[in-house]
Amino acid sequence: MVTRLKEVDAVMVGMGWTGSIMARELTRAGLQVVGLERGPDMTPAEDFALPGIRDELRYTQRLEMIQDPAMETLTFRHRPSDSALPMRRFGSFLPGNGVGGAANHWGGHTWRFLPTDHVTRSHLVERYGASMIPEGMTVQDWAMSYAELEPYYDKFERLCGVAGQAGNLRGKKIAGGNVFEGARQNDYPTPPLTQNLSGEMFSKTAAELGFNPFPRPTSNCSRPYTNIEGLTLGACQQCGYCDRAGCEANAKAGPHVCVLPVLRADKRFELRSNAWVSRLTYDKAARKVTGVVYTDTRSGEEYEQPAGIVVLSAYVFGNVSLLLHSGIGEPYDPVTQRGSVGRNYCYQLSRFGVTMFFEDKYFNPFIGSPGTQMVIDNFNGDNFDHSGLGFVGGAIISCGHGDGRPISYRPTPAGTPRWGAQWKQATAKWYQHALTLGLSGSNYPNRNNYLSLDPNYKDQLGRPLLRMTYNFVENDYKLAEYCSNKAAEIGRAMNPTIMGKPNVRRGDYDIVPYQSTHNTGGTIMGTDPKTSVVNRYLQSWDADNLFIMGASTFPQQAAYNPTGPLGALTYWSAETIVRDYLKRPGPLVQA
Amino acid sequence: MDDPRARRRFLIGAGTALASGAAAQVAQAQANPAAAHPANDSQTARSTTTPAAATAPAAAGAIATYELLSATEIAFYTAVADQMIPADELSGSGSDCGVVVFIDRQLNGAWGGGAKMYRGGPFRKAKPEYGYQLSLTPREFFAAGVAAVNRWTQATFGHPFDGLTHPQQIQALHDLEGGKAPLQGINPRQFFDALLSLVMEGFFADPMYGGNKDKVSWKMVGFPGLPAFYKDAALQFRGKKYAPAPKSIADFS
Ligand SMILES: Cc1cc2nc3c(=O)[nH]c(=O)nc-3n(C[C@H](O)[C@H](O)[C@H](O)COP(=O)(O)OP(=O)(O)OC[C@H]3O[C@@H](n4cnc5c(N)ncnc54)[C@H](O)[C@@H]3O)c2cc1C
Repeated sequence: MVTRLKEVDAVMVGMGWTGSIMARELTRAGLQVVGLERGPDMTPAEDFALPGIRDELRYTQRLEMIQDPAMETLTFRHRPSDSALPMRRFGSFLPGNGVGGAANHWGGHTWRFLPTDHVTRSHLVERYGASMIPEGMTVQDWAMSYAELEPYYDKFERLCGVAGQAGNLRGKKIAGGNVFEGARQNDYPTPPLTQNLSGEMFSKTAAELGFNPFPRPTSNCSRPYTNIEGLTLGACQQCGYCDRAGCEANAKAGPHVCVLPVLRADKRFELRSNAWVSRLTYDKAARKVTGVVYTDTRSGEEYEQPAGIVVLSAYVFGNVSLLLHSGIGEPYDPVTQRGSVGRNYCYQLSRFGVTMFFEDKYFNPFIGSPGTQMVIDNFNGDNFDHSGLGFVGGAIISCGHGDGRPISYRPTPAGTPRWGAQWKQATAKWYQHALTLGLSGSNYPNRNNYLSLDPNYKDQLGRPLLRMTYNFVENDYKLAEYCSNKAAEIGRAMNPTIMGKPNVRRGDYDIVPYQSTHNTGGTIMGTDPKTSVVNRYLQSWDADNLFIMGASTFPQQAAYNPTGPLGALTYWSAETIVRDYLKRPGPLVQA
Repeated sequence: MDDPRARRRFLIGAGTALASGAAAQVAQAQANPAAAHPANDSQTARSTTTPAAATAPAAAGAIATYELLSATEIAFYTAVADQMIPADELSGSGSDCGVVVFIDRQLNGAWGGGAKMYRGGPFRKAKPEYGYQLSLTPREFFAAGVAAVNRWTQATFGHPFDGLTHPQQIQALHDLEGGKAPLQGINPRQFFDALLSLVMEGFFADPMYGGNKDKVSWKMVGFPGLPAFYKDAALQFRGKKYAPAPKSIADFS
């Protein structure tokens, strides 16, 4: 028995970054909005509090804040000819659950994609010719340019109080910032965090080699900051626990600190936690969604919530699976390459780089935050000439400390045993002295990497699990090898006591070790409904009152982390909904 | 008394405080002569002759109580923890630092019972890149692993793992780590990796979980623990070792 509730103007499916921002913008415009979140509600004062928040076992190892796979997980296989098995524990990526979403335990690196990342395909074709794009790589342009999105990147930065240093202010290049970035109208809201010795050493050497190091932009405020909602963030304490736990200093931006206090106080908004949406109701003939069906996980009761507008803000996997469960759009088929739902699933290349040891340097690896890192962009995107290299895309190379929590951070030189007397001596000896150059690389789509429904395994609601078919391809291996070797050149010039071997990426994708929660694609944006799910305003081609937020709309993944762009896109979409759609409901772009 | 909780209740009911693995084995042998672990009959018998010093915590008089582990398992984990983390000038041995108590609590807790795992079938054997694919909870997996290792060392060396000489224990661990130990039904490398990570978690986690007694591992590497407000130290100690006496969650509770 499904209880039918009173219709509201708009409903959000998921209350992370994108759901919170969209709900705020729509209530601001006068709409009655309901936010549905499958996980529990929480408050920073209670749930991100000292001393319990400094608990590596609970948060980093036992994944306290991460989605429970028993409730819902994915199945996985490397290629379409394999049969998939469930991800019984999350590892490679860690989706969020509960009000605030993954931003409760994100790191906070907040990027703008490069101008060329917005035109990936046409840029490559223009610079190198169409033959540069390898067979099977279904790379596409974004549906809006960097310049069009710039005001919204700016707005998201001012929501978060991002700490950083501009490198291109209205076209003027500024040394010390990222000279490769697109022109920005404003500098970052707060200055960069104090860098550690490691970041300084890296910067010095990189600059001597002719590269352009800059502090990593990050939503860990370097000083108290009042954001565009009038909410105040605290100053980062550089505690080193960011990337799995909440922030007791309110310095790390997230919905709880930056948006939700305003939303919760707004009578036009109603938050319902423990509300797990099982499907959207869809009138295919009318090309409209009519609402959503959800289960209250506390009572088991099922509800139908009719709504004038439905916003999917349920992260990449929630967005794609809900379309498939609701029969909206055509599922992608890798054989015929027809259908767009699930297409262009991408990830991010990580776990390559190089670790070194400096006998006489003390790095205090536990001091820092995701923002205490220096980066070079010289091998990112198409910032370097790819002629003759045999791959496209690139990686950022970074160095810094700040996650020296000892269960997970215990570097020892190659050849050290993993246990026993020698292990112990080496661990004690090198803990203070290790330094890693880390890389994060772009991941362009391949026709065989996609998301679909699994024929065998089910979630707790009895729905088929989402199935991920994904593996690395030659482009990824070559990219990783080239960029790792570049990092190693810088590393050697830093003159370590012990130089590690560059970690190149070979072999099949492994879902066990953490890589990044930067999954993208599956409901991508575009100009052609045959190869995209949403138009440039993130409006579904198949239902004009359905809008889809988040990295699922990215046609491919750049080397950078996705949250800056997905925050910007949410503001961009919201503005168009309020300005145009509410006045003239219907397709905002004619197919 | 296959149910570990029933065993625990019995031990509590009998007022048994377990001072060491050996004592636990005695208690176990007395409490349950039929033995919940038939393969280890010889060990239960032998355990009464094991010198207590071989397994007793260094902190004399410290009483450890166990929620879950059997005498055989306590002896096993004690021996493993002490090989993986041997006593030296940096710290006491793994079991001295409470690692076995940590293991007991973890396996008895939500994680040990399979929390945050998808446990729907069908189950199929798969390459390691697919992650854990067994139907067993960690509690069940570790119990099966311990039994399998003891069966193997019994057959090969004539003793359960904890009864081997130190060089034999080290050899056995290397064989497990390298995947060379022919365990029945259990992938040796998989079991070894799980064991190693549990032992290391115990050694390095906040002491409130039972291991890392006196923050010994944090002192060893120079990790300050809490409260981790480093805003000022970041500048003041840039390039200089910052190693205040570590504090843990209990120090702020
Ligand atoms: C450890 C970690 C570190 C990270 N670090 C960075 C970083 O440094 N920089 C960066 O750019 N990004 C980072 N990210 C990624 C970042 O957190 C995400 O990009 C961002 O939070 C995505 O926002 P979202 O609104 O799209 O999704 P989410 O924040 O995931 O929110 C989606 C919400 O929807 C809910 N939901 C899902 N399905 C349903 C359903 N059926 N019914 C109801 N509710 C549902 C979920 O419970 C969740 O709360 C990190 C992520 C993790 C896990």
